[in-house]
Amino acid sequence: MANVIFAGVGGQGVILASKILLEVAKNAGYDVKEAEVHGMAQRGGSVDCHVRYSKHVYSPLIEKGTADFVVSFELLESMRKLEYLSDEGILLVNNFRQDPAPVEAGLEKYPEDLESWLSSNVRKCYILNIESILKEIGNRRIVNIVMLGALSNFLEFGLDEWKKAIETQVKEKYVEMNIAAFVKGREYRLQG
Amino acid sequence: MQKKIMLGNEAIARGAYEADCRVAAAYPGTPSTEILETIAKEYRNIKAQWSPNEKVAFEVIAGASIAGARALVAMKHVGLNVAADPLFTFSYTGVNAGMVIINADDPGAWSSQNEQDNRHYARAAKLPMIEPSSPAEAKEFTKLAFDISEDFDRAVIVRITTRIAHSQGVVVLDEKMNVPLRPFERNPQKYVMIPAHARPRHKFVEEQMIKLREYSNNSTLNRIEWGSKKRGIITNGVAYQYVKEVCPEDSVLKIGFIWPLPDELIREFAEAVEELYVVEECDPFIEDHVRALGYRPIGKEVIPILGELTPEIVDMAINKKRPANSIPVYTSKIPGRPPTLCKGCPHRYVFEVLKKLDVVVNGDIGCYTLAVLPPYSAMHSQGCMGASISMHHGFELARGDEMARNSVAVIGDSTFIHSGITPLIDIVYNKGTGTVIILDNRVTAMTGHQDNPATGRTLMGEETHQLDFEQLARAIGVKRVVKVDPKDQETFERVVREEIAAKEPSVIISLRKCVLV
Repeated sequence: MANVIFAGVGGQGVILASKILLEVAKNAGYDVKEAEVHGMAQRGGSVDCHVRYSKHVYSPLIEKGTADFVVSFELLESMRKLEYLSDEGILLVNNFRQDPAPVEAGLEKYPEDLESWLSSNVRKCYILNIESILKEIGNRRIVNIVMLGALSNFLEFGLDEWKKAIETQVKEKYVEMNIAAFVKGREYRLQG
Repeated sequence: MQKKIMLGNEAIARGAYEADCRVAAAYPGTPSTEILETIAKEYRNIKAQWSPNEKVAFEVIAGASIAGARALVAMKHVGLNVAADPLFTFSYTGVNAGMVIINADDPGAWSSQNEQDNRHYARAAKLPMIEPSSPAEAKEFTKLAFDISEDFDRAVIVRITTRIAHSQGVVVLDEKMNVPLRPFERNPQKYVMIPAHARPRHKFVEEQMIKLREYSNNSTLNRIEWGSKKRGIITNGVAYQYVKEVCPEDSVLKIGFIWPLPDELIREFAEAVEELYVVEECDPFIEDHVRALGYRPIGKEVIPILGELTPEIVDMAINKKRPANSIPVYTSKIPGRPPTLCKGCPHRYVFEVLKKLDVVVNGDIGCYTLAVLPPYSAMHSQGCMGASISMHHGFELARGDEMARNSVAVIGDSTFIHSGITPLIDIVYNKGTGTVIILDNRVTAMTGHQDNPATGRTLMGEETHQLDFEQLARAIGVKRVVKVDPKDQETFERVVREEIAAKEPSVIISLRKCVLV
């Protein structure tokens, strides 16, 4: 069983990552639930998905302080989800930085110390730099799948099960690219 | 047994399919949109359509039901305000084949202009309402709603909230039933609501309410899950899941049949437990009823009336526990990330100019409402679908030429079709001189890019007549109609200046495709 929060910016594929994890957990015989955000909030705003799998799941939302994993596709967005992490929980953060509108407009500052702050304050914190993977794959829209691959190292499901789940959730012509991205993420040498 | 992971909205679509629903209509609105999208995509035997607005969709479905086909209409909470007129009177006519109204509330106002609690509509319109608490129940309840509708001759409202509509869960699939069309019998006493027919139908409605209350007491949708009798919690919808999560030892009365509430079951439960709680999102709807039965539950004094509930809110309210980790608080400011207009969005060009001209902007419902935020900060009124145009006229009536020569109404293509046509008629009829900018991006964008009468394509993907805003405006009596691409900023600014200055009504069709299409 696990409680996983995916966080990112609208357009980063937070929902797709959740769907693949839901599928893999369902196929392994778990009950699964998930909560996501649609509509106005998606237009370039902060987006998150809560994914839970267990023998039986009641709430689709994860209670604060009980997430086993927070997987953030953007650096700043991880900060909004820290309160959900349990003390034993693992934080995976893509160190990519996307300025929110108030920063672009010069009204606010993007904090510069986030990486060092996270490393020293979150016990199990992994900050990933996946730029070279994105270049190699040649597509910047697979951040979600690379991060999911990194997460998969901590979960019980085998590579074949992940591949099967990806095949059901991604358009046929993109399956190969997504699996390649997933494997790159899974092979990423995590340093915490 | 086939199991599939589905969104609550997809599960409702599946339920409609399995119940052999034949006709479905809606106007898109978060969090209800995917219901009709799923029907159109997956269950092609159902005649599904986008209607211009919720009132039309509702009446189409009332017609289909009375003509003998199982039928479903879906809308967001504020959509039921638009459809409230037919809601109350088709309550009197009742149905022929099953009629189901899916109503999606949005506690937390994730993508809405308010947090209204539509359970009040069930009581006010005297219609049965049921409320699932998971995607699996969403499918089952939708199917059952068709049966209840036919058994009691009532339209049935299925209430969901954002966390049911947009949460995924495992759903068990069943075969489609086969429900033949019912014959249509001409019965004006039932289907034509002149006063002489309405009065006896009102009596029928009240009689059915008594039967439905009895049904609610015995319905499997309401159930007691006995645990410790020290504390008993009455709850509904997604709040039930939070209660089960954080209070696993307690007794729970799960209410799935929201209206009429099960009086006898509530009494049995309230009498048996030492301490009684009601945990519900939005208004104290169940709580007030429990109080009217003579009990003193703990409810809204600890459970917020504002926003949506979460497991930690329920945990704190009931268990006085504050769930947290030991990660220190980051003390510098974390900048917010509000939603924004996309890069290259045609609305950006429009609001660049409106900001520069510093005019009063009466706004409407759509992506462009985001222009109220920086960097544009160029919207000064907004309330509901179509209100931009009518309020714009009200501004002119209040302050005359000084206001009319310094303001505009802005409204999206789909919103204009939904509720903008009648206020434009109002301006022309009542000799207003306002300027209306139709932000025509060729799609219903904010709800996820749906077709509408101006795109020339139906929900089922068929080609159809394409509504022409210019011809429509001229037919209404607007003589000054200009079509312009807002990306040509110079021309656009000139046109806006000219039309605002003109002392007669004018329509500017600001035509440029949504960048996401």
